[in-house]
Amino acid sequence: MLRISNGELGLIPYLMAGHPDRDRSTGAARSLAGLPVAALELGIPFSDPLADGPVIQRAGHAALEAGTTVATCLELAAEVSPRVPVVFMSYVNPILSYGPERFAADSAAAGVAGVILPDLPPEEAGSVASALESKGLATVFMAAPTSSPERIRLICDASRGFVYCVTVTGITGVRSELPEGIAELLGRVRAATRLPVAAGFGISRPEHLRALRGAADAAAVGSAVVNEVAEGRDPAGLVQELLAACR
Amino acid sequence: MKGRFGIYGGQYVPETLMSPLAELESAWAEARADPDYVAEMERHRRDFIGRPTPLYFAERLSELHGNRIHLKREDLCHTGAHKVNNALGQALLAVRMGKRRVIAETGAGQHGVAVATLSARFGLDCTVYMGREDMRRQAVNVQRMGLLGAEVREVTAGTMTLKDATSEAIRDWVTNVRTTHYIIGSAVGPHPYPEMVRDLQRVIGDEARAQYLAAEGRLPEVVVACVGGGSNAIGIFTAFLGDEDVRLLGVEAGGSGIAGGRHAASLAAGRPGVLHGALSYLLQDADGQVLPTHSVSAGLDYPGVGPEHSFLRDAERAEYLPVEDADAVAALRLCTKLEGILPALEPAHALHVAGTLPGRVLVCLSGRGDKDLDNLAPD
Repeated sequence: MLRISNGELGLIPYLMAGHPDRDRSTGAARSLAGLPVAALELGIPFSDPLADGPVIQRAGHAALEAGTTVATCLELAAEVSPRVPVVFMSYVNPILSYGPERFAADSAAAGVAGVILPDLPPEEAGSVASALESKGLATVFMAAPTSSPERIRLICDASRGFVYCVTVTGITGVRSELPEGIAELLGRVRAATRLPVAAGFGISRPEHLRALRGAADAAAVGSAVVNEVAEGRDPAGLVQELLAACR
Repeated sequence: MKGRFGIYGGQYVPETLMSPLAELESAWAEARADPDYVAEMERHRRDFIGRPTPLYFAERLSELHGNRIHLKREDLCHTGAHKVNNALGQALLAVRMGKRRVIAETGAGQHGVAVATLSARFGLDCTVYMGREDMRRQAVNVQRMGLLGAEVREVTAGTMTLKDATSEAIRDWVTNVRTTHYIIGSAVGPHPYPEMVRDLQRVIGDEARAQYLAAEGRLPEVVVACVGGGSNAIGIFTAFLGDEDVRLLGVEAGGSGIAGGRHAASLAAGRPGVLHGALSYLLQDADGQVLPTHSVSAGLDYPGVGPEHSFLRDAERAEYLPVEDADAVAALRLCTKLEGILPALEPAHALHVAGTLPGRVLVCLSGRGDKDLDNLAPD
């Protein structure tokens, strides 16, 4: 599901769908869809995003203020999915409210490849994950620095498409340094799965990506990309700079 | 299923918290089975909190309403509300788990004050998250927490009330989980919190049931308690769940009316959804976004509710109804004038309902109202 060339670190930029409004969000997504990224992560905003730091919190709030709904997120995904693998990232409540079966069917129709829900651990995923799987969508679960070896096995067994490895004990947001022990954690996760392993949370700079080459198959960059959009810039500039560090 | 009340409850949290929740679950199971932990809690309940709290016959209110109202006086707990029962149990648990930092969310400030108080007593580092709007309307409690040595962090996200303070406390916990115990203040959140908080609060009902039997020679016909997250309600209801003839009545914040949408009545006007780690009734829009709430009482101003209340509602073992701001304020004034007891605005919602019921009524007077004086228009 991830587009990764041999020997390279795949890059997964994140955009909040509908941020700061529908037109500019569509523009940013189109711009990134034309780049050789591994996938595009599209956030479906939720009013109470427990795993997100201030940048993505504010972006989600702005997107909701601008009238973003699950339906408009699906429209955005459909627009760019012919050119780039699209992975939705949201929280479980908007999906439950929309209806897991309906969400799975509409996401499949929009060409979405997978879904990441940070507040849905494998134990709670039953109905949502099976609805997604029945429509050919991957449910991507997250491993974290606090995950026990048993939990890493559970997460890797339940994941489809790739495994998302949360590199920090914390929430999303730009950090200056990669956390210590990240290579060890990525090693433990890679040893437990044949799926590609993506690192995420706190990754924002070219030197972070250079450090992750060889340790992870892909890296997700969220807050730094969202911040470009918030500042009114085309995020393609930053993403190209980051892509250069992945090769 | 583990940690479920019917379909409600669960552990809808980021992966980072899953192992810590499992550790908490086993630490709690070990602690409650350990006679030393139980004895220490008993001692502090008696000497520090002042338990058992009295059961009080509200003679003049009863005369006015033509019924028979008893009040379970949780307002007489040290720190002024039932919240301290839970804070004590969890602070002792934090010490036992070797966590020297505790965090809490607070709406009315009563839970924050309780956690800050136990942190002072046991020498724990304490941070309390509180919405800016609540800091304004409960300023006295902010000052108390400061005196107790706690750091109060202002939350400016969303509606700047209890929901947002809870989200921010969970984000802190996700970040500092190795050193920090999160003392959640109500019977909400991911498993094992709803069960643990209920079991720490059931002392209210266990005492009240025995006291009521001793005083009246039989059980009350109705037990009434206010419900925000619902910890005082589940604490008093639990003792009566097996008494099939005893009606259990939870009172939610009707704000300025359900029809106008400015309220916090999750069970009356919500539908099941996931917030703060659990599936329960939730005030949300058609797209699954959590709705802003309103109540004159900061402690009830929350869009969710403890999962066991959702279960009891669906099972029709408990009934839930909303009471509007103005009726709660009137009940507060009436109780103060007639009984010489100033209740908090939260249990004043329950007092209003008690005034409308015939027969033998037991009300959980969950806290005192000193904190609310600034919110009452001059008489």
